[in-house]
Amino acid sequence: MTIMEPRKHGSAADGMVGGRMSRFEGELKITGSATYALEYPMEDAAHAVLVQSTIAAGRIVSVDTSKALAMPGVLAVLTPEDDLGLRACGDWMGSAAKDEPYYPLPKVVQFNGQSIAAVIAESREQASEAAKLVTFTYEETPSVTSFHDPNAGEGKLMPNLVVNWGDAEAALAAAAVRIEATYETPREYHVAMEPHGLVAKWDGDELTIWEPSQWSHGMARMYAEWFSVPYENVRIVSPFIGGGFGSKGQPLAYGAVAVAAAKRLGRPVKLAVTRPQNFTSYGGRAATRQTISLGATKDGILQSIVHRGMSETSIYMDYPEQTGAATPVLYKVENFSSEHRVVPVNTVTPGALRGPGKNPSSYGIECAMEELAYALGMDPLELRLKNYADHDYQSGKPWSTRQLREALTEGAKAFGWDRRSHEPRSMRDGNQLVGWGIGCGTFPVIRAPSEAMIRVLADGTVEVVSGSIDMGQGTYTILAQTAAEAMGVPVSQVVVRLGDSRLPGSAIAGGSMLAGSITGAVHKAAIAARDEIVGLALNTPNSPFAGSGANTLVVADGEISTTLADGPKVTIAEMMKALGREHLEIRRNTLSDDAQEAAEQRRAWTTMARVMGPTMGEFSMHSWCAHFAEVRVDEAFGTVRVSRMVSAFDCGRLYNPKLVESQWRGGIIMGIGQALLEEGLVDPRNGRTINNNVGDYLVPTNSDIPDLQVISVGVPDLNASALGGKGVGEVGIVGVAPSIANAVFHATGKRVRDLPITLEKLI
Amino acid sequence: MRDFSYTRASSTEDARKAALEAGAMILAGGTTLLDLAKCGVAEPDQLIDISHIRGLDGIAVDDRAATIGALAKMSAVADHPEILSAFPAVSQSLSLAASQQLRNMATIGGNLLQRTRCPYFRDPSTFPACNKREPGSGCSAIGGVTRNHAVLGTSEYCIATYPGDLAVALVAFDAEVNLGTRTVSVEDFFLAPGDTPEKETVIAPGEMIMGISIPVSPAARHSTYLKVRDRQSYEFAAASAAVGLEFETDGKTVRGVRVALGGVATRPWRARAVEQALVGKVLTEEAIASAAALAMEGAVAHGANRYKIELAPRVIARALQTVGGLA
Ligand SMILES: Cc1cc2nc3c(=O)[nH]c(=O)nc-3n(C[C@H](O)[C@H](O)[C@H](O)COP(=O)(O)OP(=O)(O)OC[C@H]3O[C@@H](n4cnc5c(N)ncnc54)[C@H](O)[C@@H]3O)c2cc1C
Ligand code: SF4
Repeated sequence: MTIMEPRKHGSAADGMVGGRMSRFEGELKITGSATYALEYPMEDAAHAVLVQSTIAAGRIVSVDTSKALAMPGVLAVLTPEDDLGLRACGDWMGSAAKDEPYYPLPKVVQFNGQSIAAVIAESREQASEAAKLVTFTYEETPSVTSFHDPNAGEGKLMPNLVVNWGDAEAALAAAAVRIEATYETPREYHVAMEPHGLVAKWDGDELTIWEPSQWSHGMARMYAEWFSVPYENVRIVSPFIGGGFGSKGQPLAYGAVAVAAAKRLGRPVKLAVTRPQNFTSYGGRAATRQTISLGATKDGILQSIVHRGMSETSIYMDYPEQTGAATPVLYKVENFSSEHRVVPVNTVTPGALRGPGKNPSSYGIECAMEELAYALGMDPLELRLKNYADHDYQSGKPWSTRQLREALTEGAKAFGWDRRSHEPRSMRDGNQLVGWGIGCGTFPVIRAPSEAMIRVLADGTVEVVSGSIDMGQGTYTILAQTAAEAMGVPVSQVVVRLGDSRLPGSAIAGGSMLAGSITGAVHKAAIAARDEIVGLALNTPNSPFAGSGANTLVVADGEISTTLADGPKVTIAEMMKALGREHLEIRRNTLSDDAQEAAEQRRAWTTMARVMGPTMGEFSMHSWCAHFAEVRVDEAFGTVRVSRMVSAFDCGRLYNPKLVESQWRGGIIMGIGQALLEEGLVDPRNGRTINNNVGDYLVPTNSDIPDLQVISVGVPDLNASALGGKGVGEVGIVGVAPSIANAVFHATGKRVRDLPITLEKLI
Repeated sequence: MRDFSYTRASSTEDARKAALEAGAMILAGGTTLLDLAKCGVAEPDQLIDISHIRGLDGIAVDDRAATIGALAKMSAVADHPEILSAFPAVSQSLSLAASQQLRNMATIGGNLLQRTRCPYFRDPSTFPACNKREPGSGCSAIGGVTRNHAVLGTSEYCIATYPGDLAVALVAFDAEVNLGTRTVSVEDFFLAPGDTPEKETVIAPGEMIMGISIPVSPAARHSTYLKVRDRQSYEFAAASAAVGLEFETDGKTVRGVRVALGGVATRPWRARAVEQALVGKVLTEEAIASAAALAMEGAVAHGANRYKIELAPRVIARALQTVGGLA
């Protein structure tokens, strides 16, 4: 449990919701004093190191551990031959666990880089060295290492991802202007600065796990189910997280191994997943391929969209990277058809990576729209505005708020879009071809309930307590701002405790749902706490307000007063003293009345059962954005540099614009990497990811990033959340890659339809 | 990581003697060696740390040559004012390499001896076949992912690219390596893989790099290093060129020219055919283009690295245009 002291400087207004307060924990991180999971001091810890498969598929016939066991310091080697006694756990949605064992070290290899053994030793160095000496005899079986393999086939249709309205095929056939194109994105990885890992410690049948987590309660449940102990017995501690981007929302096989090892050895076990192992210990974004056909009238009115997409998945689980996720909501279209298939290959199951689904989906549709614009000889901005969706054509519901038109027009103005010359290759700067492109993005508003506790201490401190997490996106800071405003205290009087599954329940920090959810709960609890103090102040005999005749009191700037000019005025600390209270504790949640029972509450915090999608309700609710990119292409070399970006966002109300802008910029930077650099390179012969390190898997450096201008065009959306915000974290990356691909086309006249746009594709 | 002993050498004699012992390796900045130890390629029993030896990090430039000690840091050489003015290509080859943090750690001696980035070389547990690591075991790269492998100087035994930048500038300007008891040209120092890719240089047991010297020349003074890559910084070259030019007194006829290539060959690659084609000619875009094309004579592609054959002459051409005042 970590107590965060707020920064004591900055203007008072910064401390309220909407203020540009700097991050509470920023200084701790910059000075290196924030303790991350693997840095947690742990006496007597043993160290586990994973051993991963080096083939794509096959059966493990035997494992020779004798050499490893003979090495100094080695305590144990766990292999597929060990029964670790784990049971399957229920999934995210909360469906009951299958009554079957779970083998985190499987006997059958399903992909290259799968964890198949672990060596536990007194030191990490000893375990690493011994891990090299564990040898396997495999019986190899045929494998399919990517969907480019001719044996991969067409995969399976996902019935729940078939969307149709109107008659798309007929309307396409009848359209005056048609384009069709196929777009691909490669495997991409989270590459969070903090690699995965954990420290696990058993005390009897109580289990504590220090592990970076985007969802402390959900992960505690899944660990509890694996190890057949009550939920209450498991505690996840995760006060600081060095980035997750979707990769840290569930326990993974290596976690099960470390916890099992701790149990078996009867001492704490620390397991650090090495950087190369991070590439296969959990899935990055799946490789995708989609074919889009657009039909339009001669003056650019969309008549039909036909979309056929597919993504890679593993051979043991269907995880669709939904290439059709943004396709239906961006434009007005009366005839629409979309399907998505998954193609099983020998890879770790892919997972959610910033802007899941929406990201590759917008890459497809936003490139296709520009291809249509060129086919029509029309300005791509005009084409987008012309086909502006006045409501959600898929659900038929009105938008709650949709400022995408404003994003397009304000963005265009700030960018200077009207100075564009339409023809490809018509803009130059010395050796460099200059190109401009647009990419729109969207991400649904996902709502979920949360719980929060406010504790008012004797010295007047207001503590905000929640089991939600902060992986750098600013939860500590915005919760302090929310509580300060609702309670009527300066933000310097607020402390925030987060990142512990023993603390009040919360939504996952994923799908951009946490901020909207948890600020709602904190706001509710803080208002209740303020009302409680006011009530006590009016009704307690010792209170300075007793007998004052006032029937209401004001709390502002940390002081309680009557509405009368000369009435008493006391600080919260003085009031607590007068009331004789050490502390005052108020817990509130935002669950509906039918879900207040303890078991139902537990289900809400540890599963996705109570999560609501964007069209569950009267409205269709989404965040929106429009990116404008300028690139310079050195044609002789094929090198692309982004020289300028302007991005305009509709994310509703911003709880802290400074933090929101940095979320947006972070997303845009990742999008630049996706467009130009990032690609998991897989050896087709054995499915090995050969650039499994940050020297070879390229993410952007500072010099790849130009000035990024971000603009907010949102208006508060009170359907989306209690305080009016929509999600900000995921949407920033969505639409960046197509804006750059479109700019590259404008610069060079070459349409690269498979990311990343590396130099050999342009020379 | 396995256990090893660590010794600080107090003199070069000390170091050379200690390094003769079985399993001993010299440690300078450690940015290559520790990396390779972590991925299981280097397995030293003893590390002989030379970084505390005094007097081996000098940088001096007189009217004949620059003399640089083996322990001079990449960043110190890159920023040295006289290197900047007398050898701009050398300075640029260093400042465009790696990252500032690495350049502050890494030494000139270690830089020359950095190993290939061939991913198959660096993943022994998955790819046992690598002739450079295990002579006779085969080459995993051939038939694999080869985007960054070499097109020049390859053999059927190994197609790994020499990744460094500095050595490219050094071969262009006839630099020499001081090995203590003898001095060899940088060009002769590096070996093509042939059928012994495990042997990358002529350095013999008991020898160490004491320093380098680069003769002062008009072409070196009038030089540039151009490095092309997808990422703006902190990436090895897809292709690079070190070029230097000296004109006749007419200011347009080439008296002397130096061209070397990086990122495309198994060793730092002097492109003499390009030089010969230009000497005595008036420097024009056409002359440059036809000369640059000669650099790729004998180039062999292995799948995904084919683009380098297209790219490298363009890099040479642009670099020549830049120093020749045509770009
Ligand atoms: C992520 C990354 C990116 C990089 N990018 C680039 C790049 O773009 N361009 C580039 O040119 N380089 C690049 N490098 C390589 C870097 O320049 C080298 O690692 C560095 O120069 C090595 O110097 P060092 O002093 O650290 O050598 P060490 O690691 O200490 O030694 C390297 C080798 O040389 C031997 N050795 C060292 N000194 C001597 C000596 N005096 N005599 C005999 N043997 C000796 C050692 O035994 C060892 O085998 C990169 C490295 C990394 C890790
Ligand atoms: S190219 Fe050379 S270094 Fe790479 S695998 Fe083949 S032999 Fe080894």
